[in-house]
Amino acid sequence: MSAFAKLLSSRWGPIITGCIVGLLAPVLVKLGNPGNMGICVACFSRDIAGALGLHRAAPVQYLRPELPGFILGSFLAALLFREFRPRGGSAPLIRLLLGMFAAMGAMVFLGCPWRAYLRLAGGDLTAVPGIAGLIAGVALGLAFLRQGYSLGRSYTTPFAVGITMPAIAVGILVLLLAAPQFGRTAEGAPTGPIFFSQSGPGSQHAPIAASLAAGLVIGFVAQRSRFCTVGALRDFILLRDPHLLSGVLALIVTASAVNLLLGQFRLGVVGQPIAHTNHLWNFAGMALAGLAYTLAGGCPGREFFLSGEGDADAGLFVLGLILGAAFAHNFNAASSPAGPAPYGPIITVFGLAVCILIGLTMRERRPQRPRRSPREVLEEEHA
Amino acid sequence: MPEEPKVVDARGLSCPQPVLLTRNAMAECPSGPIEVIVDTGTSRDNVSRMAQRAGWCVAVEALPTGEFRLRLTK
Repeated sequence: MSAFAKLLSSRWGPIITGCIVGLLAPVLVKLGNPGNMGICVACFSRDIAGALGLHRAAPVQYLRPELPGFILGSFLAALLFREFRPRGGSAPLIRLLLGMFAAMGAMVFLGCPWRAYLRLAGGDLTAVPGIAGLIAGVALGLAFLRQGYSLGRSYTTPFAVGITMPAIAVGILVLLLAAPQFGRTAEGAPTGPIFFSQSGPGSQHAPIAASLAAGLVIGFVAQRSRFCTVGALRDFILLRDPHLLSGVLALIVTASAVNLLLGQFRLGVVGQPIAHTNHLWNFAGMALAGLAYTLAGGCPGREFFLSGEGDADAGLFVLGLILGAAFAHNFNAASSPAGPAPYGPIITVFGLAVCILIGLTMRERRPQRPRRSPREVLEEEHA
Repeated sequence: MPEEPKVVDARGLSCPQPVLLTRNAMAECPSGPIEVIVDTGTSRDNVSRMAQRAGWCVAVEALPTGEFRLRLTK
């Protein structure tokens, strides 16, 4: 165990994590998850939002166990390796907003960076403009970071703050298993507060145990290896450091091979699962998401892992993802395989404007001069 | 008497700010030494990797507070 843990902390860590994700994601598709969506942090956040009734798009409602698995796997690894550290207070409201706009951009593209890479590994070439948009968004975020952009420092918090996201993860799993139906329709049939799709992507899912196990394993190894699909691009552009990028490449190569083996690889542009061919908005949606991830400090998966190791600010980003995905559907801004929704483009432009404003205005405050006491002021005046 | 190090306090900052602040300090003080204080294993690893790739020696000290002091020398 300790040898494997050491390996995960070495330069091989991201590569091993990428291989594990690249193996498990196509297998989850084989076991029932939607096409090229073995893992999608944004889509699964959207499904969770729908299952909780935060949006009412009937085809995309399910409490995906992979995501609570991410949080709990990371939580276990952090406890085991003494890295659980409750912390928070670094511009929490801005992080919530960034999570919301990241999800809105992702809903225009129909996927997070994880799914963009997995779509590519399934032969879906519409992922290419999305990944190009992601790179553009990361590069823009880096320009702000170079100019001194900062959301400020986080500070150690009481234990209860750090344990909140793992507790919410357990709550989601309990609701998945209990699926309470407290409401009644006009006809008297039981309904809500938990909704599960009867058709569409939300109805397609692997067995709960398989999904949860995959989430736990990925959460555990990714906490150790710091796997981050946005940090990969950021560190390569900024420092020419291929450490995290090697993990993303391992993911793409492994997932492509497993898809080929399972007969799930289909090279092309048209008719790909849960994807559209409007390249402009595939690019722009991901540019918005890439900018929001970079300003927040990591990809959506990484934010889930951080929330498991006690980072309450990352927890707010995660809740922002769920909330933003709900907004995207309620505002008719989430794309479908037919193309972008009527309000997708305007929300993307609005989101870009807000994120650019955040990038321009957020700076770490210089430590202020110690305030003088009234006595000191008087003494100076009389000096 | 060892040279007084330039101190970078990167505690509580999100990625990649600890790395950026350290890199700025390395540019300002190219012969070192530089002392970087971070509070997560991720920042410790990222700063160490960047500095080592740039040809610096890194000595990591775990502080009783759970933080890490990285001493960077040329």
